[in-house]
Order: sequence, then structure tokens, then C-alpha cells
Amino acid sequence: MLTKRIIPCLDIKDGRTVKGTNFVNLRDAGDPVELGALYARQGADELVFLDITATVEKRKTLSELANRISHHINIPFTVGGGIGSVQDVNILLENGADKISVNTAAYKNPRLINDLAKEFGSQCVVLAIDTRKEEDGEWYVYLNGGRTKTATKCTDWARQAVDLGAGEILLTSMNHDGTKQGFALDITCTLSTGLPVPVIASGGGGTMEHFVTVFNEGKADAALAASIFHFKEIAIPHLKEYLSSQSIAVRL
Amino acid sequence: MNLVIIKYNAGNIQSVLYALDRIGASAVVTDDVSLIHQADKVIFPGVGEASSAMRYLKERGLDAVIKNLRQPVLGICLGMQLMCRFSEENNVDCLGIFDEDVQYFAKAGSADNKLKIPQIGWNNIYDLKTSLFNNVPDGSYTYFVHSYYASPGAHTIATTDYILPYSSALHKDNFYGVQFHPEKSADTGEQILRNFITL
Repeated sequence: MLTKRIIPCLDIKDGRTVKGTNFVNLRDAGDPVELGALYARQGADELVFLDITATVEKRKTLSELANRISHHINIPFTVGGGIGSVQDVNILLENGADKISVNTAAYKNPRLINDLAKEFGSQCVVLAIDTRKEEDGEWYVYLNGGRTKTATKCTDWARQAVDLGAGEILLTSMNHDGTKQGFALDITCTLSTGLPVPVIASGGGGTMEHFVTVFNEGKADAALAASIFHFKEIAIPHLKEYLSSQSIAVRL
Repeated sequence: MNLVIIKYNAGNIQSVLYALDRIGASAVVTDDVSLIHQADKVIFPGVGEASSAMRYLKERGLDAVIKNLRQPVLGICLGMQLMCRFSEENNVDCLGIFDEDVQYFAKAGSADNKLKIPQIGWNNIYDLKTSLFNNVPDGSYTYFVHSYYASPGAHTIATTDYILPYSSALHKDNFYGVQFHPEKSADTGEQILRNFITL
């Protein structure tokens, strides 16, 4: 049976993990490869590396990082952060990345999704959407790491992107991100049941019960979290055993 | 050990190369026919589309080369599908090493079947046969990304359920094929690659 996936996310700046970690057993907690390898050993199903570097050296750093990750880690991984061209993606895939995620650049130039899907296949094109529920009760798309609001509804953009060839949606609720109060169940469920591609829920996971709910009620195909794993508030093996005990199919 | 990975117009070759490196094996990536013939073992990977891949192989005469290899050959994902008889992906005749045909998942699904296509993620492999699966427990998880599947048949050596039971691995004579990605399937995948290398 196809399992639900647990995906730790690592934010990267200048080739180092940021947002901090609490792993005393690592020689270098800032090394994304070492932290990623630890998560892989603990049973993470995939990894996401989001690069937040803003320098011109970024492209080279990121491809070198992808290369190191793919040499050392034996599970699939996605690389994202500022990817804006077919050439950017080609370099990352050549260095061993399995998937790439696009966000703002794809919104500004939707043809990018089509170009990437044609060139490399939909299976490696993840569309990341940052979304916020406004007072009118609708979920809107935000760009530039959540700093820029658009008038586009999340469901409309997700549908368009899938039609263009996006193979997976990484959905982050800005209302829930960082709150540890649980995932956004309504919009996750809307996208997951309404679209033919998998949906990764992100933002708000704080307890193991939240993961149960996002799979059962949110109908998510995968759930992503960062700090709760980095700070060992939830250990991946423990989480997966709990999900299994709640009759959710996970890889143990 | 002289290990060759066949170079053609379908990606994920780097991932296979790095996975071999992790288990202490090295390989040459080439489309040079004499190098392929001299290899002790041949890996035929691939992520991509069946008809354009077959066209590329035929243009270079690699279709006949692969079919006539005598050393152990491992097809991965699209590589395995191309070793089958026929693929519904743009209706293309494939290499015909395995008698099984490759079909589209969507045709097998029903209206109330909510499973998504492609299948992306970890799924069980069971009814494991041949030494390719030495020390791999029945029901182990491997990583899949695919929209088309090989039907069950005489050459099936592993089965997986997604919408329906299908062949997640095939074997005939010196030819092996796996639908999943051993290079991305954690320790289970590394064991399978090790088993292939030591066949």
C-alpha cells in the first residue's frame, strides 16, 4: 500500500542549515547533508532543502549542495528556493536532485512550469504555494516568501499549475505556519481531493495528533515540518509508530 | 567488476551513479557499444517518456545491442518498461525481452477510486523471487514514481498494489527489471543494488 510521507524541511543559507537545530549528537548541526542523513536514517520518507541565500554565488552553492546530498543520502530529495529557469533546474537535476520546487518565478511566468514538465517530466516539478486565508474566507496566493499578496485564489492557481504540468503541490498555510496549532485542514483537503496530483501539507504541525488529522481529515499525501524535528520535539521514528498505531499507512 | 550504465536520453543516471558509489561500486556511463559489450554487468536506468526513448535507442542501434546482451542487465523504472513488449505510453513497441505489456494506471482506476497518478512514494514489494531480492524481506518498502505499470505475468519476480496488483520487478534469463528506484529506496534499495552487482 502506498504510504503517507513524512518530510523534514531544511532551510539553507550559504550552504548551511538555518533556523537552528538541537542535535547534540551531530558533529556539525549546521551541515544540511549531515542533518539530512540523520533524518534519512530515522525514517524520513523524503527531504526538502529550501535555499534562502540571496547572493550571486547562490546557484553554484546550491548545485554543489545537491551533489553532496545525492552522494550521501539514499532517499529522494527536493531542492527549492529562487529557481527561475530551465537551466537552473537542469544543473540541480544533473547534480542528483530528484525534484525541484518553484514558487514566485512560476507565478510570474506560468510557462516555466510547462517548460520544466516538458523538459524533465512532471514528476520532478513541485509547485510550492504560500497561502493565507483572508477575512472574506478565501485562501489567496502570496509571493516572495509570504511578503507579497496577490488577488489570485489558491485553488485557481493550483489548478492552473497542475494543468501546466506541476506534478505535486507543496502547500504552506501562512495562517498556521509556526503556530504549532495544527495544519490547515480545509484548504489541504480541497486541493488534495480536487486535484489529480499529491499534496504535501506544510505549516502548523506541532503534535503527533496534528499529523493524524492532516492525513485523515486533510487528505494530505505527505506532511512537511521543520522546527519540531530540528528541536526534537517530535522524533520521526516515534511519529511514524504513532501514525501506524492510528491505522495510517507509513513506512516503518 | 566492470559496470556500465547505458547513456541515453532519459535522466536520473547521476542518481544511480551516486548510489553505486555509496555501496562502494563504480560504473562507466556510456553509449559506446564495445564498452557495453565488454561490461560484466549493465544497468539500464531511465526517467522519461517511452516512445522518445525507444526512438533514441533505435537511431543508435542500442535496441539490438541491449536485447542481445548476455551479461546480467538491470533495467530501472522506464528502463524496465522499455524491456517489455509494448507500452501504452504513446503506443510504442519496446524491446520485447519480457512478454509483459506496459499499461496506463488511469485505465485501471474506477470513478470512485481516488488514487492519484502518477504513483509517487513508498510502497511494498511482495512475492519476491530470485537472488536479486536476497536479504530483502517480503513486504519491504521501495520508492516509486510512475504512471504506467507492467502487468503481472510469467516473468514477475515482485508484485506491488496500486489500483491493482502489478509487476514491480521482472526477470528473464540474464535480464532483470525493477519499476521502483533502488537508488532512492534507502537501505532496501542499496541491498538490491548490492545483490545485482554480486549476481
